[in-house]
Amino acid sequence: MASAATGAAKPGLLLLRRTDATFIAALRARFRVHDFYASGAALPDYLTAAAAEPDPPRTALVVAGGAILVDAAFLDAVPSVGCVVTTGAGVDHVDLAQCARRGAGEIFSVDVADHAVGLLIGVLRRVAAADRYVRAGLWPAQGDYPLTTKLSGKRVGIIGLGSIGSQIAKRLQAFGCAISYHSREPKAFAPYRYLPDAHALAADSDALIVACALNDATRRIVGRCVLDALGPNGVLVNIARGVNVDEQELVAALQEGRIAGAGLDVFQNEPHVPPELRDMDNVVLTAHEAVFTEESRANLQELMIGNLEAFFSGKPLLTPVLPP
Amino acid sequence: MESLGVLLLYPVNAYLEQELDRRCRLYRFWESPREEFLRAHAGAVRAVVGNANYGADAALIDALPALEIVASFSVGIDRVDLAKCRERGIRVTNTPDVLTDDVADLAVGLAIAVLRRIPQADRYVRAGLWKSRGDYTLTTRFSGKRVGIIGLGRIGQAVARRVEAFDCPVNYHQRTEQKSVYPNYTYYPTVVELASNSDVLVVACPLNASTRHIVSREVMETLGPKGVLINVGRGPHVDEPEMVAALADGRLGGAGLDVFEDEPNVPEALLGMDNVVLVPHVGSGTYETRKAMADLVLGNLEAHVLSKPLLTPVV
Repeated sequence: MASAATGAAKPGLLLLRRTDATFIAALRARFRVHDFYASGAALPDYLTAAAAEPDPPRTALVVAGGAILVDAAFLDAVPSVGCVVTTGAGVDHVDLAQCARRGAGEIFSVDVADHAVGLLIGVLRRVAAADRYVRAGLWPAQGDYPLTTKLSGKRVGIIGLGSIGSQIAKRLQAFGCAISYHSREPKAFAPYRYLPDAHALAADSDALIVACALNDATRRIVGRCVLDALGPNGVLVNIARGVNVDEQELVAALQEGRIAGAGLDVFQNEPHVPPELRDMDNVVLTAHEAVFTEESRANLQELMIGNLEAFFSGKPLLTPVLPP
Repeated sequence: MESLGVLLLYPVNAYLEQELDRRCRLYRFWESPREEFLRAHAGAVRAVVGNANYGADAALIDALPALEIVASFSVGIDRVDLAKCRERGIRVTNTPDVLTDDVADLAVGLAIAVLRRIPQADRYVRAGLWKSRGDYTLTTRFSGKRVGIIGLGRIGQAVARRVEAFDCPVNYHQRTEQKSVYPNYTYYPTVVELASNSDVLVVACPLNASTRHIVSREVMETLGPKGVLINVGRGPHVDEPEMVAALADGRLGGAGLDVFEDEPNVPEALLGMDNVVLVPHVGSGTYETRKAMADLVLGNLEAHVLSKPLLTPVV
């Protein structure tokens, strides 16, 4: 597109996420937006066309979920990109090593932590299942709902004590839960008990919460052994990535009663959810939405623009993953 | 206490029933027509065990001349005619403390469920709509919301402690302010003012003559189109028809309800609403708590029989 006749041309931005009209307008007011989804082009063609511009884009705005990977091929196609702004605490869709090599560089944990607590109470106290029971007219027809199990005082094990994990810990402590955790290394100031591996953590927990980043060390960190250690009275909550858990083993463990229940916001192959889970009353299923509230969207959009503007004015990024 | 004739008003709990049967002389009120039962056994009943929905009202108390103690399997004793019991010198016990955590856990769980639409999202996923329609809608953050608590008793305080961990400012209303005890919580002298300054309103007070319909139409309208009502008290705390209307036309944003005016009947209109979470009076409904409640009922009966101080007397 021809740049504006008056004043300096706006900097270019690759937009690789679906978003709303208000946000696109806010972006267009500041940047020359190359809208991938609006273009209808295949990704390689879109990137090549952007790279061929006289002033190729130096920034890209992407989204978590794995649909578009900012990997070597992406960065090779548009070598001008020096700043990738993403949403989602996880950056497993951005190949950080590739970004760092080419010189290209905690806020929302609150909503994710709240959602994790909501899922845990939902599983233990069967809130969604009881809601279904009432709506189906079963209270007058079949009587009282069966007894569930108490949350207060349960032993909670958190895998990953980053920003999200620590917010979860802080909340559940107020419910009288005993908190333990596992992460790559113990955290110096964390007032919780550290376990050296996920298996040991699961063996000592009534509820196991997966809150770690997805990387080579944490892929399927919850597999058969960890599930068996969690045991028939234990429940799993996953607000991290579907692939942190061996989904087939999880489904089997639930079917066979080797664990008591699960609260899941993420799945191996979203939006596909294993059909076996759909009829279970001891699971709660949500649509990878733990971070998505009106408040976080407003925060996110401000933050995305803030990061982009910081980059273009040579100021430090607001929330860098890689050092600037 | 084998000679203690105990009338169990309803099969409230299998373990309790089993223990009463084993240790006392148990009569099950639901097994025969009322009049027939009373003719045959009224004189033998020295203790009544009921729960939140089945209590010893004036008529029943009058029909039991040998009644000495009413031990309720609940903390709320609005279904027990306390005045009549005092008049007759009948002791009354309830089950406080042991269920505080469960009720508070549920209150917070309901608030998160309503704001974050967890049961609704769960329905969405189970119906296959994530695949066919895409992402679920944005919901509303819970952390930081202003939580207003009606009644800062055991349960109210437990709710307050929990929501503080979510950085929720805590407001409250009750008969008296207790500034020195709760310096971090803001007192409001009326429920309307409490509602005006809160995003989530939690009912946690006992039900009595002055708290019936304490959540009125005006309170709900003041709470407003983004406000959320959480009731873990008693159905009659809330003007139910007004609540249903306010939820239906958006004057009240949402509600998480564990109790209803005419349990187990829930207003039909609520069953189809997307901005409510409905659970069937499960506030204390965990294995752990019900066993503790049962042990407390048994402990009170035993203390009574042994002429020892009752564990948790109300009268």
